[in-house]
Amino acid sequence: MSTDSPHHTIDVPYLARLARLEITLEEAEIFGLQLGRILDHVEQMNKLDISGIEPTAHAITVFDVIREDAVTESLPKKTILENSPHNANGLFVVPKVLD
Amino acid sequence: MSSFTPFQSIAATRRLLRSKEISPVELLEGLEQRIASLDSSIGAYIARDLETAKKEASTADLSKPLGGIPIGIKDAISVAGQPLQSASRILDGYTAPYDATAIARLRSAGAIPFGRMNMDEFAMGSSTENSAFNPTRNPWDLNRIPGGSSGGSAAAVASGTALATLGSDTGGSIRQPAALCGCVGLKPTYGRVSRYGLIAFASSLDQIGPLTSTVEDSGILLNAMAGKDPHDSTSLELPDEDFTAEIGRDLKGLRVGVPKEYFVDGMETGVRSSVDAAIQQLVSLGAEPVEISLPHTEYAVAVYYIIATAEASANLARFDGVRYGRRSPEPKDLLSLYEKTRAEGFGREVKRRIILGTYVLSSGYYDAYYLRAQKVRTLIRRDFDQAFTKVDAIVSPTSPETAFRLGEKTDDPLKMYLADIFTIATNLAGICGMSLPCGFSNRDGVDLPVGLQLLGRPFGESRLLRIGHAYEQSTDWHKRRPGQIS
Repeated sequence: MSTDSPHHTIDVPYLARLARLEITLEEAEIFGLQLGRILDHVEQMNKLDISGIEPTAHAITVFDVIREDAVTESLPKKTILENSPHNANGLFVVPKVLD
Repeated sequence: MSSFTPFQSIAATRRLLRSKEISPVELLEGLEQRIASLDSSIGAYIARDLETAKKEASTADLSKPLGGIPIGIKDAISVAGQPLQSASRILDGYTAPYDATAIARLRSAGAIPFGRMNMDEFAMGSSTENSAFNPTRNPWDLNRIPGGSSGGSAAAVASGTALATLGSDTGGSIRQPAALCGCVGLKPTYGRVSRYGLIAFASSLDQIGPLTSTVEDSGILLNAMAGKDPHDSTSLELPDEDFTAEIGRDLKGLRVGVPKEYFVDGMETGVRSSVDAAIQQLVSLGAEPVEISLPHTEYAVAVYYIIATAEASANLARFDGVRYGRRSPEPKDLLSLYEKTRAEGFGREVKRRIILGTYVLSSGYYDAYYLRAQKVRTLIRRDFDQAFTKVDAIVSPTSPETAFRLGEKTDDPLKMYLADIFTIATNLAGICGMSLPCGFSNRDGVDLPVGLQLLGRPFGESRLLRIGHAYEQSTDWHKRRPGQIS
């Protein structure tokens, strides 16, 4: 890996908080350098004149996909709950949110 | 009763099954023996359930197009009752409650999903080194990577431990490992195959597709999987099509585009010479070469790593320790449950991409990165639209290099990302593409497979398979087998 400092700096701990991701100081430092270099590479997009260009969200565009408003079977509740790490009384269980 | 022979195509195996030279159960047992003797050195399989597969095989309907044919499935695709983890610790203990639509369709064509194929965690990677389980090794040189992210799927086909497998391709994850392992990989047009039941990485780019030992086999599998699905609103309603229908026709009158941006300095010499020879071969088969330009190629990696990470950061938000998989023990509150579960469950590459995706979507940066990338995506798509007014297909190397060594790029993500330079634009444009064997390159004294990439216009799979098949049948590359295994 190149040892030059990247031109871009990003606030990794802040972004990790937004992403609900606990990171170590070591990860914050490494990610900061690596992502800074990736953003340096991304910078080249700024060379292009994009005025008047429409954004592409999906390459093959389809609009207004609708289906018949019919009731169909869904997966049984028990099947869904079986995959959760903690459930009781037919519900997902999480630590107390309100005191 | 006959014994199992590895490296048989689906088409050939179907004949053996129908003529009762081998039964579906014997086929599975033969496969299982080969896996047991070889896969400990390759690591293509994460898991497999022989007993369930044998039960299905014992009642296989051999009159169906894929009757009794076992197919290995990338660990990102749901098979009811089987583990599903996208090679991530965060889904430890998860069992798929339903079949992906692609799997349900394979089943109704008679196929038997058998085995969970290794991959980069959440399909993020180009080497399969990001699997939370184990790296997969390239059957041509066990010190090298098989490519990724569908590395297990490719290595199994290349080592004869699977007849065919499914992978998923977001930026080259079917084509690049197919190239590096010397097999055939097909990425269908976006919307051709339902994504329902595929663990989402980047929803506007992901497609499920086959990895096979022949071009014809990839058409046979696409025939079974393609079609509109009410569960995936991006899947498209198109007329029924037999993707193998054009196979066998010659190439006279077809124009193949050679994009100058894909033949650049710095490419491995043996890759360049193999691909140049392949183009000459296509010409000798009657195709007309046309020099074309895809001027925005150099921006594809940048655009991809913004759009793909943005979509991934949103898609992976669902892995929060509440509804599926693992949960961090004893969190002090709900916030720390989320933060610790995700810290413990995700590997480094996934964390890196979630953080980058969060950054490019965050307030103040959205226009500069995400929106700009979407606009440059439009320019990339237009490049292909224009090219396809002049040519029937585009031909290029699949990857600028052959398989690299394990560990060679793991500490430099940008270098790893640039390995995808020739495959990424395909997904941004939504078009179809395939990789097939076109020779060998001697790298550090080892002969390693080179992949030829063919790109086709949206919904042009049949034409692509015709060109690929004609090339394949005129060469012997697809018949070569790795020497380090037997």
